[in-house]
Amino acid sequence: MNKWLASTALAVCLATAAAAQDYTPDPNAKPGGSITITYKDDVATLDPAIGYDWQNWSMIKSLFDGLMDYVPGTTTLRPGLAESYELSEDGLTFTFHLRKGVKFHNGREMVAEDVKYSLDRVTNPETQSPGAGFFGSIAGFDKAGEGKGLEGVKVIDPQTVEITLSRPDATFLHVMALNFASVVPKEAVEEHGADFGKHPVGTGAFSLGEWTIGQRLVFAKNADYWREGVPYLDGVTFEVGQEPVVALLRLQKGEVDVPGDGIPPAKFTEVMNDPEQAARVVEGGQLHTGYITMNVTQPPFDKPEVRRAVNMALNKERITQIINGRAVPASQPLPPSMPGYAKDYKGYAFDPEAAKKLLADAGLAEGFETELYVMNTDPNPRIAQAIQQDLAAVGIKVALQNLAQANVIEAGGAGTAPMIWSGGMAWIADFPDPSNFYGPILGCAGAGEGGWNWSKYCNEALDAEAVKADSFKDPSDPARLAMWSEIYTKIMDDAPWAPVFNEQRYTMKSPRMGGADALYVDPVSIPVNYDYVYVTE
Amino acid sequence: MIAYLLRRLIQSGMILLGVSFVTFLLLYVLPADPVRQIAGRSATAQTVENIRQQLGLDQPFLVQYGRYLGHLAQGDLGRSYLQKTEVAALIGARLPASLLLMAGGIACELAIGLTLGVIAALRKGRALDHGLMLGSFAVISAPQFVVGLLLLYVFAVRLDWFPVGGYGSFAHLVLPALTLGILGSGWYAQMMRSSMIEVLRADFIRTARAKGLGRLRVVLRHALPNAILPIIAMIGIDIGIFMGGLVVVESVFGWPGMGQLTWQAIQRVDIPIIMGVTLVSATAIVLGNLLADLIAPMIDPRIRLR
Repeated sequence: MNKWLASTALAVCLATAAAAQDYTPDPNAKPGGSITITYKDDVATLDPAIGYDWQNWSMIKSLFDGLMDYVPGTTTLRPGLAESYELSEDGLTFTFHLRKGVKFHNGREMVAEDVKYSLDRVTNPETQSPGAGFFGSIAGFDKAGEGKGLEGVKVIDPQTVEITLSRPDATFLHVMALNFASVVPKEAVEEHGADFGKHPVGTGAFSLGEWTIGQRLVFAKNADYWREGVPYLDGVTFEVGQEPVVALLRLQKGEVDVPGDGIPPAKFTEVMNDPEQAARVVEGGQLHTGYITMNVTQPPFDKPEVRRAVNMALNKERITQIINGRAVPASQPLPPSMPGYAKDYKGYAFDPEAAKKLLADAGLAEGFETELYVMNTDPNPRIAQAIQQDLAAVGIKVALQNLAQANVIEAGGAGTAPMIWSGGMAWIADFPDPSNFYGPILGCAGAGEGGWNWSKYCNEALDAEAVKADSFKDPSDPARLAMWSEIYTKIMDDAPWAPVFNEQRYTMKSPRMGGADALYVDPVSIPVNYDYVYVTE
Repeated sequence: MIAYLLRRLIQSGMILLGVSFVTFLLLYVLPADPVRQIAGRSATAQTVENIRQQLGLDQPFLVQYGRYLGHLAQGDLGRSYLQKTEVAALIGARLPASLLLMAGGIACELAIGLTLGVIAALRKGRALDHGLMLGSFAVISAPQFVVGLLLLYVFAVRLDWFPVGGYGSFAHLVLPALTLGILGSGWYAQMMRSSMIEVLRADFIRTARAKGLGRLRVVLRHALPNAILPIIAMIGIDIGIFMGGLVVVESVFGWPGMGQLTWQAIQRVDIPIIMGVTLVSATAIVLGNLLADLIAPMIDPRIRLR
């Protein structure tokens, strides 16, 4: 009887494993050539346990692999270094079967020990990984610093790793696809110590060839890459320290293939009005929401009426025009391309009269004075001015605090800022799952001192709902997504945020770049999925 | 002379110590938490505390400053919080580019500024003089970004005479140095003009002319060396400006100097880098001034070092 139960459970689980396996290769793709990408800021580190910024995120993706991965250009999970996996009936134990014959850039074969070492390393407090918190559901996470590594990660044999969770976690496979979960070889980490980030060794499609600090990084094709046929490119050169306007000039001259920082706002209209240039722009959604937080612990924002009134006072259409219409007005925290987005929820319509009435109901018929904190780089101060005008129209007099990013984050964390415009620091999802917009920025966990929940909104009933939603085994279970839709709709009733817009992505490329448009607005590899694009000449 | 040098060096050391203290204090009281920048937005409170402890940022100000000085005394500028690399290596990688651009920039400033200043002085009160002085005011107030981009567009993109940004050859240096030269020449032109006018009025010039020396010879041999003194002091100041703040020119021309490193570090409260760059540029300013003071008596023997 027992045996029968066990085997049935196994069969059920195996069925979930190899779903959504792959990607149809582009028939026109041909190997060879190399491309040049530019960035303004220098690249900080290529250590996958540390790197967490705009430039290095996609670079690390191409140098390293994790157990899980995404189908290029989509948010669909597919196995990476794990060939297949099983999940136990109770949803607590994942068994990952690793691919055979995968080699690190140093030539050694990747085995289960490496997976364990990498997860132990990223969760060890000494590593100072900004992503350590993502692994909180692995059993033994709290004791990760005590030198013995994660109790929940076990090597069964060189090709099998078993990961036990302390609670079911629907997002776990997404976590295994994060850069932070990349598999690194112990000997290379130990050889370079704290400088591993300058001498990265992974299993990825490219390896680091040259790095001249402040000037350029050169990636070379990994000829031994375990995925058949990719990458197409022989190399990718990243030139850093380049002003976006200059990058655009160089693109026109044919010296640059993709300006990594995108099209500068001042040049956007010019580019889009020139048919030749506009034809080389790819537009796509991204998992981004720009919002205003209202500190619910500070009067008058402790009154939900006031927060709703702010939502109604905003003319979001007009605000999107400030960034050349490169965004769509937002009605809720989740962006439209995120699973769990409530399509039928319309949010608060622009209605200054109703807003005034709500303020009067709250006993603030005369309006009030408050402050809006905003990051001091264009276009954010201009957006803040538009918000200021909209709120003035309903009697809310807003003083703007234009500060450096670090100072705004500090004021938000400390809870001293009554209102913050999120621009420049806005939430872009770490992984395509609705839970990622909750915990740190709307849940109780982020509401403490220093947390990123700047409205300090903490609704314990919703926290409990969130835990339930994340205890599903299948992240895309419709019942789970419905729960998330409801959580965000309830949040909008309380209105700790005024969601303003969802920014669209615009990537520009040189005429010789080939590959599906989706690769140029890849939701995971930003700006471009280097492993799958190619050149046509 | 040696006593003078020794005294100046000790003074310089004191100044640098003061600079390090003030900078460290400012960074300490700044309402921005470097640990938050390292830990990122998804970090738990536990992670944040761990990092704070490991970096010693939970210690009182004087302890932190004392530790920093202790490391500094051993020649250790510390590790960048976010780049996880030795600050000395980061600065070392960018210093040559900064020094090269500084040399190129100052050479252009002098070549343009001094020539125009002398011409204006010789044509004092005439239309050419007024025109040149108006021009020098215009370039002083012109934005680096616009001038740099304009030169880049015309000479690199349109005419294709120079590469569009980058670093490595003489051709790469021309446009950024020229941008700095044009913008900085205004100060030099004005200063040179007034200094030259002053000298040309002096008795020894009249004597020289009375002896029957040619105008050109008087200007070049007798007036110029005397008029150039204040310029040398100005170069000392310029070195400081060049070491600290070339962010705009560097990013327009993709020049890998220290300005960009500084700018990124300030944005993200990377204290070890900010401290390191501040100390290096402060040292350059102090040494630049010292050098200017040492050179002055070689040009004008009336000046004595005391």
